[in-house]
Amino acid sequence: MTPAPDRPLTLAARGVTVTYPNGHVALTDATFALGGGTICALVGVNGSGKSTLFKALMGFVVPSAGAVTISDEPVRTAQRRGWVAYVPQAEEVDWTFPVNVHDVVMMGRYGYMNFLRIPRAADRDAVADALRRVGLWDLRDRQIGELSGGQKKRVFVARALAQQGRVILLDEPFTGVDVKTEEAIVALLRELRAEGRLILVSTHNLGSVPEFCDQVVLINRTVLACGPTSEVFTADNLQRAFGGALRHFDLSRSTVEEHDGRQVTVLTDDERPLVLGQGGHLEYRDRSAHEKLVADREAGKT
Amino acid sequence: MSLDLLLQPFSYDYMLTALWVSTLIGAVCGLLSGFITLKGWSLMGDALSHAVVPGVGLAHLAGLPLSLGAFTSGLLAAAAMSFVKLKTPVREDAVIGVVFTAFFAFGILLISLFPAQLDLKSIIFGNILAIAPGDVAQLVAISVLCVAVLALQWRDLLLFSFDPNQARTLGLPVRRLHLTLLLLLSATTVAALQAVGAILVVAMLITPGATAYLLTDRFGRMLVLGSALGAFTAFAGAYASYFLDGATGGCIVVLQTLGFLLAFVFGPKHGLLAARRARRRLCLVAPAVAP
Ligand SMILES: Nc1ncnc2c1ncn2[C@@H]1O[C@H](COP(=O)(O)OP(=O)(O)O)[C@@H](O)[C@H]1O
Ligand SMILES: [Mg+2]
Repeated sequence: MTPAPDRPLTLAARGVTVTYPNGHVALTDATFALGGGTICALVGVNGSGKSTLFKALMGFVVPSAGAVTISDEPVRTAQRRGWVAYVPQAEEVDWTFPVNVHDVVMMGRYGYMNFLRIPRAADRDAVADALRRVGLWDLRDRQIGELSGGQKKRVFVARALAQQGRVILLDEPFTGVDVKTEEAIVALLRELRAEGRLILVSTHNLGSVPEFCDQVVLINRTVLACGPTSEVFTADNLQRAFGGALRHFDLSRSTVEEHDGRQVTVLTDDERPLVLGQGGHLEYRDRSAHEKLVADREAGKT
Repeated sequence: MSLDLLLQPFSYDYMLTALWVSTLIGAVCGLLSGFITLKGWSLMGDALSHAVVPGVGLAHLAGLPLSLGAFTSGLLAAAAMSFVKLKTPVREDAVIGVVFTAFFAFGILLISLFPAQLDLKSIIFGNILAIAPGDVAQLVAISVLCVAVLALQWRDLLLFSFDPNQARTLGLPVRRLHLTLLLLLSATTVAALQAVGAILVVAMLITPGATAYLLTDRFGRMLVLGSALGAFTAFAGAYASYFLDGATGGCIVVLQTLGFLLAFVFGPKHGLLAARRARRRLCLVAPAVAP
């Protein structure tokens, strides 16, 4: 059960091909590798195979070719050791089930318990700790259906925390979640990254990716690109991943003129906008954390 | 009514047996009903209870234990259902419907062909008052086994019912848990068959759980409550049937339905009255709360 400290955390897919029983090939030859201490976004249009890739990483579907390994172990072994934690999409959960917040978070601890699954002090501590970290300790006795959308999401994040998974998979975690919760979850994911965990987030919300993901795997029925966000998030790659499925606002063809200088304000109602600069490279919202990138680009230009 | 009269049922051996066997079966079915209702297997329970009928008939004709025949027949039906479901895109409920009615029809046909040996009424409506000692022993064995398995595995089965994906990511044997629940359902169906008959078995396997669901928000409590409700209604139903001279199964299930109605109206949280109170409270505070 203990995460092997001797071996560094890695997640690798090599040539993964997934064929569904009806013959549909959802993924072909998907290859990428990630290390610990990262938040990686899995980005692609609907039907591009994000959920399929998650299923392969969790061992729910067996690739017809290729393999997934976690710290060089097959998925099965990694699961038995409790390395893989999964935060489901809200629609997958039966919210009317008679379990409370504490019960659900305790379900993350099953792998640590004996055959009878009777919680021990260590399990209770881990659950209490997880509940406090996501700010649900006071609501621990609530039936899960009696929570707000953001609180519901946090219950399952707490479960992943209590499980102490090394690899945490989140499927569309920000759909239907308010900004405050999104920020709380992002802060939490950053803490987990600092602890050396590997976090993989599937999303189609492009704008939020540069905010908190340092790596990106771009997929469309195969892996199109993977690597640091600033390298992968380019107009070219996104064009390949999304085709015509994105809305554009091209400044050079807009009414924005020279005399406006750099003064443009971008507003959207819900999702964050993704802004690409000249030549299609990624622009960050806040330059303070990206001084080095700005300097590099400056150097590259001159 | 004098005390003598009230105690009268206890002075007959067949009534004593009927009372405690019913209570035991009621408790076991009630315990399992929590899983059946939450897993959404009510139709499956209904199907299995009908599908055991040909097995009972054949076992009776062959002189084999009834439980064995019923159990085999139920499992065959379950296997047939999953096979057909796997091989065709027909919806699950339709598959279940096709398979169990086929089994039931075969059973009815069998009974009608051998009217001298097979008693339609006792198979369809149960006859706990005439239960044979050998059958009692089988029922006790089945009940003990079911309770033991549930006592050891209820937390795993809970996770399997609530979130099979999490169960799988933790490396739990999901297929085995599925099979366990199916076997428990078949076994309790077989056990309850003799008490209330094939038609009403499904009530014993659903109503106590559904009632308990209205009364609590905790799964563990729901199981205990369902079991207690099942035991109490089965005992009271069997007892009442002595005075009413009515079918035991009918008495038990009518009582269970009454229990459900009470919970439906007066349940502390999910009952109709509670919901109305909550709505009224909401109306009073609503103007103060910004959406
Ligand atoms: N169980 C399944 N059987 C057959 N095809 C499937 C199944 N699940 C998904 N697919 C197909 O595989 C493709 C990828 O789906 P999915 O991984 O769910 O995409 P995403 O999560 O990126 O929206 C889609 O074309 C979808 O129709
Ligand atoms: Mg998906």
